[in-house]
Amino acid sequence: MNVQAVAGRIAFYALVAVIVVFSIFPFYYAIVTSFATGTGLFEVNYWPRQFNLANYETVLSGRTFPRNIFNSIFIATMTVVFALFLAVTASYALARVRFRGRGLLLMTILAVSMFPQIAVLAGLFELIRFLGLFNTPWALILSYTIFTLPFTVWVLTTFMRDLPVEIEEAAIVDGATPWVIITRVFLPLLWPALVTTGLLAFIGAWNEFLFALTFTSSETTRTTPVAIAMLSGASQQEIPWGPIMAASVIVTVPLVILVLIFQRKIVAGLTAGGVKG
Amino acid sequence: MADTSSTSGGLTLPQQRQRAAFWFLAPMLFALFCVAAWPLGRTIWFSLTDTTLSNLYGGKFIGFDNYLSMRTLSSGKVIWRGTLVDPAWWNAVWNTVRFSVVSVTLETLLGLIVALVLNAEFKGRGLVRAAILIPWAIPTIVSAKMWSWMLNDQYGIINDMLLRLGVIDQKIAWTANVDTAMAAVLLVDVWKTTPFMALLILAGLQMVPRDIYEAARIDGVHPVRVFFKVTLPLIRPALMVAVIFRMLDALRIFDLVYVLTPNSAATKTMSVIARENLIDFDKFAYGSAQSTLLFAILSVFVALYIWLGKVDLAGDGGK
Repeated sequence: MNVQAVAGRIAFYALVAVIVVFSIFPFYYAIVTSFATGTGLFEVNYWPRQFNLANYETVLSGRTFPRNIFNSIFIATMTVVFALFLAVTASYALARVRFRGRGLLLMTILAVSMFPQIAVLAGLFELIRFLGLFNTPWALILSYTIFTLPFTVWVLTTFMRDLPVEIEEAAIVDGATPWVIITRVFLPLLWPALVTTGLLAFIGAWNEFLFALTFTSSETTRTTPVAIAMLSGASQQEIPWGPIMAASVIVTVPLVILVLIFQRKIVAGLTAGGVKG
Repeated sequence: MADTSSTSGGLTLPQQRQRAAFWFLAPMLFALFCVAAWPLGRTIWFSLTDTTLSNLYGGKFIGFDNYLSMRTLSSGKVIWRGTLVDPAWWNAVWNTVRFSVVSVTLETLLGLIVALVLNAEFKGRGLVRAAILIPWAIPTIVSAKMWSWMLNDQYGIINDMLLRLGVIDQKIAWTANVDTAMAAVLLVDVWKTTPFMALLILAGLQMVPRDIYEAARIDGVHPVRVFFKVTLPLIRPALMVAVIFRMLDALRIFDLVYVLTPNSAATKTMSVIARENLIDFDKFAYGSAQSTLLFAILSVFVALYIWLGKVDLAGDGGK
């Protein structure tokens, strides 16, 4: 190898190192901070100096944060269940049945996924008040449908369109109804796509902020993002950075683990939306 | 696909399937109507009334007064009112556009670089891809808090690093300072969403056949030339789709700005100012007008982008 090639190699790995450090440093630093207490919090440490669980105790023994975590899990799970249930049947119809206006319908669904959430905020606020759902988990489960459903339908439709025709034809010859085809023939083949879209919908619901902030009004009904945003000290000067970082780590670690386990599926799901088609 | 006409209940098979398709679609369409079409219609209606938060059903129709109205005083002086002559609104529009253009440009360029790196074969590629997924997996609110701690004026690690490196000679209140608040928001957004961009571009890159590179290498074409003449045109469709999705996300940004730089006029975006009026200031109708304007701006932008860029969003030529 000549000198130029070696230099190129070094430059390449330096670039890789910069990308990796820039990506993970903030999360690393949040973890370091979450273990620091007292004066340790107010000196800049590049390496962990303390291993103190006091911040975690503060957050988890707090009156409302465990409740907020429960709310988030419940809301995100129900959102996923509804989105998948509605999307599986709908995407079967969109992918496998020819009918007039199918292209238009698909475009409409895509358009809904582009809606700015603020544009429906006033109308949803009224609807939720009208249905008596304000300040309940159902308000969020209902409103999260606007961003989980179009995405789920879109991805499942592209996935189902690629399934071989022969399977379905064999089922039709055997006299299977569309409902049987979906539940007995397609559903077992759909698992990978369901896991991907379900996970992405879960993450979307877990992270959502605008609706969660607007449609809840008491500490016990908040989801974790709102709870973290609202964690505050006695005054502006006393922001409790230790507990905030501990809470942040608590809500992020499960997500990071999920994402790392399913990374291939997630990448496939993200790209199926637009690029592959 | 199924043209075999067997009859059951007087219906041919395609008819039977179409009927089933209707019932399969109905629940989803009803759900989307409830959470998208109806609320959007109500928001637009509210923007034409004087509805308040405390009295949602007491609003009267007042035409376009929330957008623009003119009143002539007895002295002959003309007063214009409404969001279209509101400097705070235009400041928010300008902030949003500036943020969107700069952040999406940076994310596209950096995403392209990261994607090219990940498309090369080297040891530890899987680990690097896992590492760049981490910012994407972190909730926006959490990343806003993490960065506001790192950007803290007194105890922040960023100030410490920059002081040590001699880049700055005194600590900067990044998120509070009017001159740096937008830069702080951009930094966090670029950190958080470049991975998404990189993965979408990478998917496009991986569809470019490897033999093209091989052929170019044998012909002795310079890699940079190969990139601009071969790779870039081939990944253009993927790039265009990725850019529009990012752009739409950027134009409606709310959470990052709301948490990282609360109440800063230097970063307040359209979504932030609209929600402020809707909920916090009890100017429900006025906020609805601003929400409607944001929706209109986005619609026009998407239409223009698809039309001018000839983007095929469905990816199947409308099949």
